[in-house]
Amino acid sequence: MTSKNQPVASPQPPSPRPVTLPRQALLPAKAPGGPETTIPALTIRDLSIFFGNNQVLKRVSLDIPARAVSAIIGPSGCGKSTLLRALNRMHELVPSARMEGHIRLFGQDIYGPEIEPVIVRRRVGMVFQKSNPFPTMSIAENATVGLRLNGVRNRAMLAEQMERSLGMAALWDEVKDRLDAPALSLSGGQQQRLCIARALAVQPEVLLMDEPASALDPLATAKIEDLILELKKEYTIVIVTHNMQQAARVSDFTAFLYLGELVEYGATSKIFTHPAKRQTEDYVTGRFG
Amino acid sequence: MGPRMNTAYHRWRKFKNALMQIITCVCALLVIAPLGLVFYHLLKSGFGSVNWDFFTQLPKPVGESGGGMANAIVGTFELLALAALMGVPVGVLGGIYLSEYGSSRLNWWIRLCADVLNGVPSIIWGMLVYALVVLPMHSYSAWAGGVALAMMMIPLIMRTTEEVLLLVPGGFREAALALGIARWRTSLQIVVRTALKGIVTGVLLALARVGGETAPLLFTALGNRFWNHRLSDPIAALPLQIFTSANSPYKDWHRQAWAGALVLLLLIAIINVGVRFLTRDRFSPRT
Repeated sequence: MTSKNQPVASPQPPSPRPVTLPRQALLPAKAPGGPETTIPALTIRDLSIFFGNNQVLKRVSLDIPARAVSAIIGPSGCGKSTLLRALNRMHELVPSARMEGHIRLFGQDIYGPEIEPVIVRRRVGMVFQKSNPFPTMSIAENATVGLRLNGVRNRAMLAEQMERSLGMAALWDEVKDRLDAPALSLSGGQQQRLCIARALAVQPEVLLMDEPASALDPLATAKIEDLILELKKEYTIVIVTHNMQQAARVSDFTAFLYLGELVEYGATSKIFTHPAKRQTEDYVTGRFG
Repeated sequence: MGPRMNTAYHRWRKFKNALMQIITCVCALLVIAPLGLVFYHLLKSGFGSVNWDFFTQLPKPVGESGGGMANAIVGTFELLALAALMGVPVGVLGGIYLSEYGSSRLNWWIRLCADVLNGVPSIIWGMLVYALVVLPMHSYSAWAGGVALAMMMIPLIMRTTEEVLLLVPGGFREAALALGIARWRTSLQIVVRTALKGIVTGVLLALARVGGETAPLLFTALGNRFWNHRLSDPIAALPLQIFTSANSPYKDWHRQAWAGALVLLLLIAIINVGVRFLTRDRFSPRT
């Protein structure tokens, strides 16, 4: 053996391998923390986000509690969606995006220098305004796509997770007899619940929802809202909504954003009945926005 | 005063309207007229020589009648297979780069180059490949013909692939990335899969386009009148065989050339109709 093979003689340090967020085994699910946990799921400190020269969020700080529903409300263009997307680094898809501040997921900086966005997104899932099941895939394939494309091959495990996630999304009974039908054969509300199931199948700890019911009829909306109330028993949910009644119905905590600044954040019952700020009161009572 | 309603004015307007309609209709017919003429002429001159022998026999030597172009038909398919083998991966992956990765500045230049390449006369490709492949190998060959056709296909396929990938709504990319799926898997297994029919269409149309090319093969595949199954030797191709037969002074060869032209046109028409059939239900991805 030559000295070259000895690590101490190596002229350069071994190239650093990207460190991924440690997480509990991908499967089966383990609820983060526990019911007794008091640390917040997400800690946001002095978060500023810029797109080019345009500052969209201005030093926003808030704690998002675990196993509760937090709503982000505010008029169009106030930075609600940007705040939501910063929580799983989706805003980075815009090339000119830049952020300052810190976001911690159960104490861990998700913007750390060696953290991969892909791993952050596995732990912080997302549901979009427009339901977007993959059109080339069946219902079953859509439900398991996140696992399959993350390397899970075990058929029994895939089947089990498919049933679990479709069940949690309150869709199983409606689709169990036609799992191989195209996802686009479902109704709009069912498609959105399929997207929720798809996000749940990879067992995230936090679920972000960007106006998940704004494109749906009142009946489908009611189903989604029931579902959110059911899901918060196991998941931390952050929802952006334009619909004040929806925020009041489903959320435990509400953040009011205006022009990129956090105006007020607190228990939903307080925000909607005794807001501390005049601006908040004007907005939730429909006097502006 | 309200709008003029007198009949003379009204008649003049109706006349202008009818005139415009007739002009556009005549122009539309003029566009498809050459296809009708070509097809009629080929049927008249070539149909008599298209028979079983044409598809199964080698060309006969001068003076003997009959024979066929079996070697050229097979040769054309061999050349297209070689060209596809080399051109499709490069073209499709290049298109994926343009659509899914790439900075807008670099993409602008790549697109410009691809569009210029699409306009390069096909004989230039033949000359280039003669210098790049034929001279170093000291032989005309099927390989050289395949390379020439592949080079013509690459910019075509790259641009059509890019266009159909850009039709895939961004929401699918976001949905996949938000599931923690890696970028390359999102590109290949979500975006490309959604646009697969469009990509296949682009590839088939590119094959149909280069399948009828003669000029790039003149100094590369060269053509021959025998069976050849070695890719490093000259190989026959339908367009080449038509070219040499039509240039010859022999009546029999002229008839063969007509028949070859008819078969070539039908092959390309079949590919085009096949593409329409393949994509008729859902060409562009649904949103």
